[in-house]
Amino acid sequence: MRPPDVFAFSMGALSGARTRTWLMLLAMAIGVSSVLLLTAVGEGTRRYVNNQFMNLGSHLLIVMPGKLETTGGQPPILSATEVDLTIDDAIALTRSHSIRRVAPLALGSAPISYDQRERTVNVIGSTASLYEVRKLKMSAGRFLPGGDPTRGAAIAVIGDTLKTELFGSSTALGQRIRIDGQKFRVIGVLEAAGAAGVGMDLRDTAVIPVATAQSLFDSPSLFRVMVEADGHNAIPRAEKAIIDILRVRHNGEEDVTVITQDAMLATFNTILGSLTYAVGGIAAISLAVAGILIMNVMLVAVSQRKAEIGLLKAIGSPGSQILRLFLAEATMLALLGTFAGLVLGFSGVWGLAIALPDFPIGVPYWAPIAATGTSLATGVVFCLLPARRAARLDPVLALAGH
Amino acid sequence: MIQFSKVSREFEVGDERVRALRDIDLEIRDGEYAAIMGPSGSGKSTMLNILGLLDRADQGQYFLDNQDTTALTEKKRAALRRQHFGFVFQSFHLVPRMTAAQNVELPLNLDGVSPRERRQRVSDALDAMGLADRARHRPSQLSGGQRQRVAIARAMIMQPGVLLADEPTGNLDSTSGQEVIQALEALNQRGITLIIITHNPVIGERANRRIHMQDGAIEADTVAA
Repeated sequence: MRPPDVFAFSMGALSGARTRTWLMLLAMAIGVSSVLLLTAVGEGTRRYVNNQFMNLGSHLLIVMPGKLETTGGQPPILSATEVDLTIDDAIALTRSHSIRRVAPLALGSAPISYDQRERTVNVIGSTASLYEVRKLKMSAGRFLPGGDPTRGAAIAVIGDTLKTELFGSSTALGQRIRIDGQKFRVIGVLEAAGAAGVGMDLRDTAVIPVATAQSLFDSPSLFRVMVEADGHNAIPRAEKAIIDILRVRHNGEEDVTVITQDAMLATFNTILGSLTYAVGGIAAISLAVAGILIMNVMLVAVSQRKAEIGLLKAIGSPGSQILRLFLAEATMLALLGTFAGLVLGFSGVWGLAIALPDFPIGVPYWAPIAATGTSLATGVVFCLLPARRAARLDPVLALAGH
Repeated sequence: MIQFSKVSREFEVGDERVRALRDIDLEIRDGEYAAIMGPSGSGKSTMLNILGLLDRADQGQYFLDNQDTTALTEKKRAALRRQHFGFVFQSFHLVPRMTAAQNVELPLNLDGVSPRERRQRVSDALDAMGLADRARHRPSQLSGGQRQRVAIARAMIMQPGVLLADEPTGNLDSTSGQEVIQALEALNQRGITLIIITHNPVIGERANRRIHMQDGAIEADTVAA
């Protein structure tokens, strides 16, 4: 039998039983499109987290006071900070060639007021470097000026949420606010985009010079030091340099923890990647369910078409040909269902992308391939049994309709 | 030429074994017009199924053109069916979703004949049955007689040597039945072996050779003068 004739025969059989065909197409299409949609949401989540890390700045290392102890019988804990991380430590780090920028961070919570409005938020003490390290953008004014980080002025850069809360729509630049009772002049407002980020949301904070923050909170110790390595390749060298420099400064004691952004990112990527595979797998179950439905419907079809199968045998069609005809029909059905599912799935993803412009939804490249493969395989595998049954029908009984 | 040598066929119906054919010896020469008659349960349908290689004998041998078919594989039997036999059934067995032309074309289609040749042969076959203007009709749009003539066209499309007709007029009124019988007899005139199964004596009387069956055996085998 010629391939175009097989095609025509199968299409005829499929269009000859509309309800049955539509049901099976629907089942396959739902399966395939749910694989696409679920993996696209998973992939979107992964990309979202990735973007958040990118906002954090590239080639970033974070130095935390205290050593994460994982040796011995103790459960892993951050040991109490015996020796603090200081501004001088941070300045010392800039001597390494592997390190491009260093932004010390002091953190505290304080009430901020302007006019009659007051709001308690996180106040971050840092330097001009934070601007570059965190890839911040200004919506008005400028960031903290450079200069000696050990000397602080009474100036503040505020996030856009804080700006709206305190000033509403009126201008904030040049206004005087009170942080914990002390007067600060607002020199800049951060843009919302870029200020959000994993671990540190700058939208509802005030950034002041690190020395000012230390005197405000009456503490010489830093919360973190953010270090930007001199390029991606320099990250391991920068990590080693940080540990070496600080060990010398802390009397030979290795008492800081360095986290690289890559390591965090890799961890998140692994977790979210497997999550995507998992939801894809769950969606694939719906394809298996569709396969069982197809098997059922095809079994019914075989018994409904017994007379036709008997006739095919009477006019000299061998069992192998009848098997191939039924498998061709199943393959065609699976192809059509998969195509409908791909169209449905991609339009769903497209719709979601329009509905949620901030969410970087996207179908991972392997999802359409996997969905197509799975649906074709289920379509054919679950059709083997009905097709074999058809091929083995006794022509005499089939012609009699038994 | 068809030769049966001590052909037997048994069925199990419940606990009972029913001998549908008992040691049948039979020879039908090319170009003969034979009617197999008998009451229902006499074994005439089983006979036709074995003749047409749709069923196998339990015992005995069946020679088709001197070839022993008894031990052939299913695939070879299908090929022999395709080459040698055309079937006409009481209930027509047309595929309802296909047009008359597509139904007639089906055997050619399964055999991989080229579309150009198919078109010619189908249109000739429909012409011969007087159905040229019904080519695009589906079975449901045709009368019983027309349906059976479509089925005859299909049975003849592979140019078989033997036409096996199982109660071909059973579902037809007498006028269309008459037309169908005449169409079959016309084919026999052209040299095709025609074997008709019927319990209708009027139909049976028309054949030169009448084989009467009773309880799985041939009771009488007469050739008209």
